[in-house]
Amino acid sequence: MSIVVGILFAIGTYLILSKIFLRIILGTSIIGHGANLLLLTMGGLKKGGPPLLGLQELNFTDALPQALLLTAIVINFATTALFLVLSYRAYKVLGTDDVGELRGYPDE
Amino acid sequence: MHCFYLINAIPFAYALIVPLLYKKFNAKIHTGWFVLVVPLLVFLHLLTYIPPVAKGKIISFTLPWIPSYDINFTAYIDGLSLVFSLIIAGIGLLVTFYSIYYLSKQKEALHNFYIYLLLFMGSMLGLVFADNIYVLYVFWEITSITSFLLIAYWFEREKSRSGAQKSLLITIFGGLAMLSGFILLSLITGTHSIREMIVQAGMIQSHPLFIPSMLLVLLGAFTKSAQFPFSTWLPDAMEAPTPVSAYLHSATMVKAGIYLVARCTTIFGGVPEWFWLVSGTGLFTLLYGSINAVRQTDLKALLAYSTVGQLGLIMGLLGLGSAALYFDVVGEGVLYAIAVFAAIFHLVNHATFKGCLFMVIGIIDLETGTRDIKKLGGLLQLMPLSFLPALIGSFAMAGLPPFNGFLSKEMFFTAVLNASKMSIFHMGTWGNILALVAWVASVFTFVYCMIILLRTFGGRPKGYKLKKSHITPIAILIPPFILAALVIIIFFYPNALAKYLLQPAWQAVLPTKITLQQIEINAWHGLNVEFLMTIGVVVAGAFLYKTLERLYSIYRYYPKMLTLNNIYEFLLEKMEAVSLAITRRYMTGFVRDYLVYILGFVVLMIGGTAFLSGGISLSLSGDAPINFYELGLLVAMICSALTVLLARSRLTAVIAVGALGLLIAFLFVLFRAPDLALTQLVVETITTALFLLCFYHLPKLKKENSTIQFKAVNVLVSVGVGVVTTMLALSVRGNSLFKTISGFYENAYELAGAKNIVNAILVDFRGFDTMLEILVLSIAGLGVYALIKIHLVGRRENEANK
Repeated sequence: MSIVVGILFAIGTYLILSKIFLRIILGTSIIGHGANLLLLTMGGLKKGGPPLLGLQELNFTDALPQALLLTAIVINFATTALFLVLSYRAYKVLGTDDVGELRGYPDE
Repeated sequence: MHCFYLINAIPFAYALIVPLLYKKFNAKIHTGWFVLVVPLLVFLHLLTYIPPVAKGKIISFTLPWIPSYDINFTAYIDGLSLVFSLIIAGIGLLVTFYSIYYLSKQKEALHNFYIYLLLFMGSMLGLVFADNIYVLYVFWEITSITSFLLIAYWFEREKSRSGAQKSLLITIFGGLAMLSGFILLSLITGTHSIREMIVQAGMIQSHPLFIPSMLLVLLGAFTKSAQFPFSTWLPDAMEAPTPVSAYLHSATMVKAGIYLVARCTTIFGGVPEWFWLVSGTGLFTLLYGSINAVRQTDLKALLAYSTVGQLGLIMGLLGLGSAALYFDVVGEGVLYAIAVFAAIFHLVNHATFKGCLFMVIGIIDLETGTRDIKKLGGLLQLMPLSFLPALIGSFAMAGLPPFNGFLSKEMFFTAVLNASKMSIFHMGTWGNILALVAWVASVFTFVYCMIILLRTFGGRPKGYKLKKSHITPIAILIPPFILAALVIIIFFYPNALAKYLLQPAWQAVLPTKITLQQIEINAWHGLNVEFLMTIGVVVAGAFLYKTLERLYSIYRYYPKMLTLNNIYEFLLEKMEAVSLAITRRYMTGFVRDYLVYILGFVVLMIGGTAFLSGGISLSLSGDAPINFYELGLLVAMICSALTVLLARSRLTAVIAVGALGLLIAFLFVLFRAPDLALTQLVVETITTALFLLCFYHLPKLKKENSTIQFKAVNVLVSVGVGVVTTMLALSVRGNSLFKTISGFYENAYELAGAKNIVNAILVDFRGFDTMLEILVLSIAGLGVYALIKIHLVGRRENEANK
């Protein structure tokens, strides 16, 4: 599981470092997934039933990482959406999807 | 809290209300009149400390500032700080009075001026009273900054600005060096108090960090006191208004370095390194300053170089006097301790005669509109009243009787002669050279004093006119006259001064090792070597003055390239160029490069820390066993992630990411997290839809035309990040330092009436977090909306334009 997290991070990082908007956004999305899994792993995997009371199970998995994750997933979605629209807008205005060509003004 | 603090806080507090006073009354009353109260109060208050301090009492107050770091406003009033503070308040009083007439209330931004001046006064007082090294440092830097502001007071002049910048660069550089020296000292001794360090002086001197800390502290003192080769800022600082030059750049701020050296003499003194560095730098600066002063044509620049020289003299005396600490017993040590006494004496004298001269030259500048001695002459007929203080001031500086400069100059010669006979510190032949340097520098001092006096007041009036007739009221002459009177009074009654001020200060500089006896200052002590030297100075000086034209032609041989000014400018230019080049190299403006820095740093820091602290544990024992379904899911996830990486078309990449999200949702199911799985499903669906929506607008993925190197770096960084994350994830399972806090949430039903713990946490226990999360979502939504909306507006405008 940890190894998968590592691989997701590596791929996500590589995508972020590339020059094309779409790949960068996909990269952040993948890193987001990786982070989610990392959190879940940290909480410990499978030590009992789902964290629902009243199921007659004596112990259940750690609820806290799940709560954190729920938040993280939603926020991840929000940032992805914003990035997407931002890149779309940048492409419309600047006519390029190559980050390498966005260097501000030459006299800066 | 003692009223001492109140008194010393007045300058700062008063600085706050100066703008109000300026706004309300400036039309009628010059703001300076209000400010005058401050130095007067401080001065009167300080006078009350003279009797107890003269009896050898040492008064100290402590006001906690940051007690947990052992940083407190500990004020320590002994002879040394009292002498300095009296000079600060006394000259401050006269200078404020002088500035009332010097700065016109119609034209100048007086509120700025007086705020800076008051801040300076307050911090300078704080500096000399501070016992804590950090407090001392803070006040030290405030004086540098206020000096900067005052030099750039006429900021519309280009020369003022560059002079201010120069002084700031040099003094702050020294201040930082001094701070590091202080930190080293506190590491050695384990205390922040200067007095406690003095007690441990012996231990400091045998410590391996002794020499570095000494050098750093001296760097601070030398830059502040404009010692060679840092003297170059002082002549440029003369762009400040004359009251500032008289106050900061001759009487007080530049003496902060002297104060520091005097204060630290007991800590560092008694070793050859300190002796040679301080006295050598001081005497060389004396020579350098006096020789350069002669060639100046601007009167203020001349005075600046003379200040450099005189500061060098005082510094040199302190260095010579430190030899006394080499001796433990009464006897030979006292012979050298005289030098320290002479240093303090000359310090007071210098404040009086130099302040007087600056003020007179300020008046000349106001009246004639020039300070160039080539244009001046014959002022004796036009400004006879100003002639008197000028005469007294310059004769005192030249070391002639009956003025106080004569006494301290004689003592200077005595000290140098004593030192030249010294048997320690490899003196040998060097001793005689010291005496020669002192004598030659005094000859040049005599010459420039004569230039000040005779070139401006002597001769005939040249072709310039006085601006109207006496634009300055006669009252402006009061401060120079007071100082001139002091010059003479000190000559005739030196022993009163010595008993109440100089003696305690002397005791404060050399407190422990030798018992100092009472010193009698006599104007006449027979026809001895010192007196012969003075006669020699007068004769040689008069001869040089007669042949001044020939002297000037010798100066022309000195290559211009090698002046300190040029060296400073060269260094500054190079520094700017190099830093620009370095910045250009890494600030490429390309976002990816910055990401590489950030991620590389993350890898190095987290990975490095984990590695060095041994926090990595790769034991798999705590991990859950993997069953068949999970394994399949994980493999599928890796495959889809790789697909994203390698995809050639946009559609494949987007769908692969979607697949990845869905696989994770399945994983959540397997890991007993039903809520997560639900959310993930919904979110993933929307995200994919969103991707596909934008997909229509974004260009096709094209093959990246990047170099192998570019890709290699990317691969390296991303593999690093991956490895570190994996290790992190594994190590977390291995080390459990804290008890999990999840237990607190398990009674969700009793507390929140919810059976689903996750939901209870989100909406009840951590309700605020969820609310803020909603806020984030709304902001993102607004951002998305705005980006699209703005676009539409822009397009409409474009269409309208067409």
